[in-house]
Amino acid sequence: MDFATLLQMLDATVRLATPLLLACLAGLYSERAGIFDIGLEGKMLAAAFLSAAIASVTGNVWLGLMAGIGASLLLSIIHGLASITFRGNQLISGVAINFLAAGLTVVIAQSWFAQGGRTPQLSGDGRFSSVTLPFAETLRDVPILGPIYYELISGHTPLVYFAFFMVPVTWWVLYRTRFGLRLRAVGENPAAVDTAGVSVVFLRYAAVGICGVLCGIAGAYLATALQAGFTKDMSAGRGYIALAALIFAKWRPWHALYACLLFGFLQAMVLRSDVVERVLGFSLNGQFLDVLPFILVVLLTGFVGKATAPKAGGEPYVKER
Amino acid sequence: MPKWADVILIPLISILLAAILSAMVILAIGENPWAALKLMVDGALGSTYGWGYTLYYATNFIFTGLAVSVAFHARMFNIGGEGQAVLGGLGVALACLYVPWPHWSVALLGATLAAALFGAAWAAIPAFLQAKRGSHIVITTIMFNFIAAALLNYLLIGALKVPGSMEPATAKFPQAAHLPSFQDMFNWGDTTMFRGAPANVTFFVAIAACVAVWALIWRTRLGYEIRSFGHSESAAKYAGISPTKIIMVSMLISGGLAGMMAINNVQGEAERLVLNAVEGAGFIGIAVALMGRSHPFGVFLAALLFGFLYQGGAELALWTSIPRELIIVIQALVILFTGALDNMVRMPLERLFLAMRRA
Repeated sequence: MDFATLLQMLDATVRLATPLLLACLAGLYSERAGIFDIGLEGKMLAAAFLSAAIASVTGNVWLGLMAGIGASLLLSIIHGLASITFRGNQLISGVAINFLAAGLTVVIAQSWFAQGGRTPQLSGDGRFSSVTLPFAETLRDVPILGPIYYELISGHTPLVYFAFFMVPVTWWVLYRTRFGLRLRAVGENPAAVDTAGVSVVFLRYAAVGICGVLCGIAGAYLATALQAGFTKDMSAGRGYIALAALIFAKWRPWHALYACLLFGFLQAMVLRSDVVERVLGFSLNGQFLDVLPFILVVLLTGFVGKATAPKAGGEPYVKER
Repeated sequence: MPKWADVILIPLISILLAAILSAMVILAIGENPWAALKLMVDGALGSTYGWGYTLYYATNFIFTGLAVSVAFHARMFNIGGEGQAVLGGLGVALACLYVPWPHWSVALLGATLAAALFGAAWAAIPAFLQAKRGSHIVITTIMFNFIAAALLNYLLIGALKVPGSMEPATAKFPQAAHLPSFQDMFNWGDTTMFRGAPANVTFFVAIAACVAVWALIWRTRLGYEIRSFGHSESAAKYAGISPTKIIMVSMLISGGLAGMMAINNVQGEAERLVLNAVEGAGFIGIAVALMGRSHPFGVFLAALLFGFLYQGGAELALWTSIPRELIIVIQALVILFTGALDNMVRMPLERLFLAMRRA
């Protein structure tokens, strides 16, 4: 494999890892605060639909992004109501949200655009365009580093940079701020946080809200940057792969980045099966590569290692009386 | 709160809320909910043909609903019904294709056993990881759904495909494995009922499964252990009940029941194994179990309702511009209101009953 092809593969990895990373960080905030969220998939899907719909109607992708975040936040609020206010089962709520998004997006898309459950193709300002970083053109001819800078680092949509920027930000928020300490504490021992006079309900809603915003951006990225418009079920299990990555990373932000890059690379291998076949000399089954993240997680965090979730995860907090 | 309120009133209010929201969705996309409901009732219950489909779908949902229920009794959430049903289909296909059955009744027995074994095997690994390694059963069973789909896809374009055919499906099962459909059974000379509908003898197997699960949960020592483990793990442990055993056994039963769905859709209807044969029935089992309060009789009623919704929804998609996905929305609302937002209905009702008792 030559250098240019390798760069192309890595470039695809970055693009495919971005939605996984955003969703994974979204799940990280929520689960670190003790709210399991298997509704990442549904929130991404709802955001993908509404962002594409608004972007196609208004022709402005930023309005689309806002709408996508709004859709995802709305589902987050439902999840918060069910799992924080009404102390319901968080997993069941997540399942309901996934189905709600899977059904509603198609029903609304069909009645709105009448194109078989999809939105019109986006073009021009309806999509995120790629950003050329400073000096990318001039440095292009520098050997090795030039192409890496030009091909791999420059030339992505703003959301990609945002996603990667969110990794250090998340680390800083979780481990270097008062809010982060409380957030982690509320996922381990909410009673202690409550005793200290900090509102468990507020912290958990805040975490669920951040999760909604990040999932919204992930979904908008799918429909307005990675692809040009919404298609039925376009999140295609990415929310679950993000969950797998979160477990793989044992709920830590930097490790989440590595896990998402790994899973993004696997998806890039499916996309460029021709390259894989040329390098390996035989073709890998695309189906197998698709589910390899799940197999890896089951093997490595189930049989070989161990991944322990935040202790209070999944349990509604009931104040003692 | 009196028991009847817990068992009947709360589910009814939850379903009513789900129905009202569904009607609002239909209204919002510019259709008439009342007309839609009438169309659904006509299509699903207006003829023996419609009933034949409704009962066929209901049979699937009884199995997956029971599967989720048994796991619920041990306080476990088995989202893997979908994958377990896929594997059950594989078991049925292998049993029907490679064993020369003399008569359909023996074939039914053999295929049921194969389906249950394959489904249980697919549930065994997540159960083991939950019991021994602390991996969360919900996450592992979700992952196993994806792995099952990939595995089936791999087999149907490879080893199990009919040579020379382009279609990802197995060969048709031999005639001896054909299960009597309702059309075969309810046929008196000039009046043929259920003509062309896929409901078959499996419906009665499903009813038997309901009775068996009821007996298991409420009339055996094992069922008692499962329920006590579900109510309080620490108390069950203290009473000498092994958590590993309960987790493994209840998940194996759950997986087996989900797998048994395949005798209906694979052996009874398609008579060969095709891609995506389960069609989300594993997930509908969640809604059915929640609505049926994990009781076999409740599951039976809820499965009938969802069978009606499924067949009615197909008719809607046929005659109006309402897409089939509306059923997924209704399913989501049922799960939301009867499962996650249960306390939203329960809390005010409890207060109401308390106030009434004081008065």
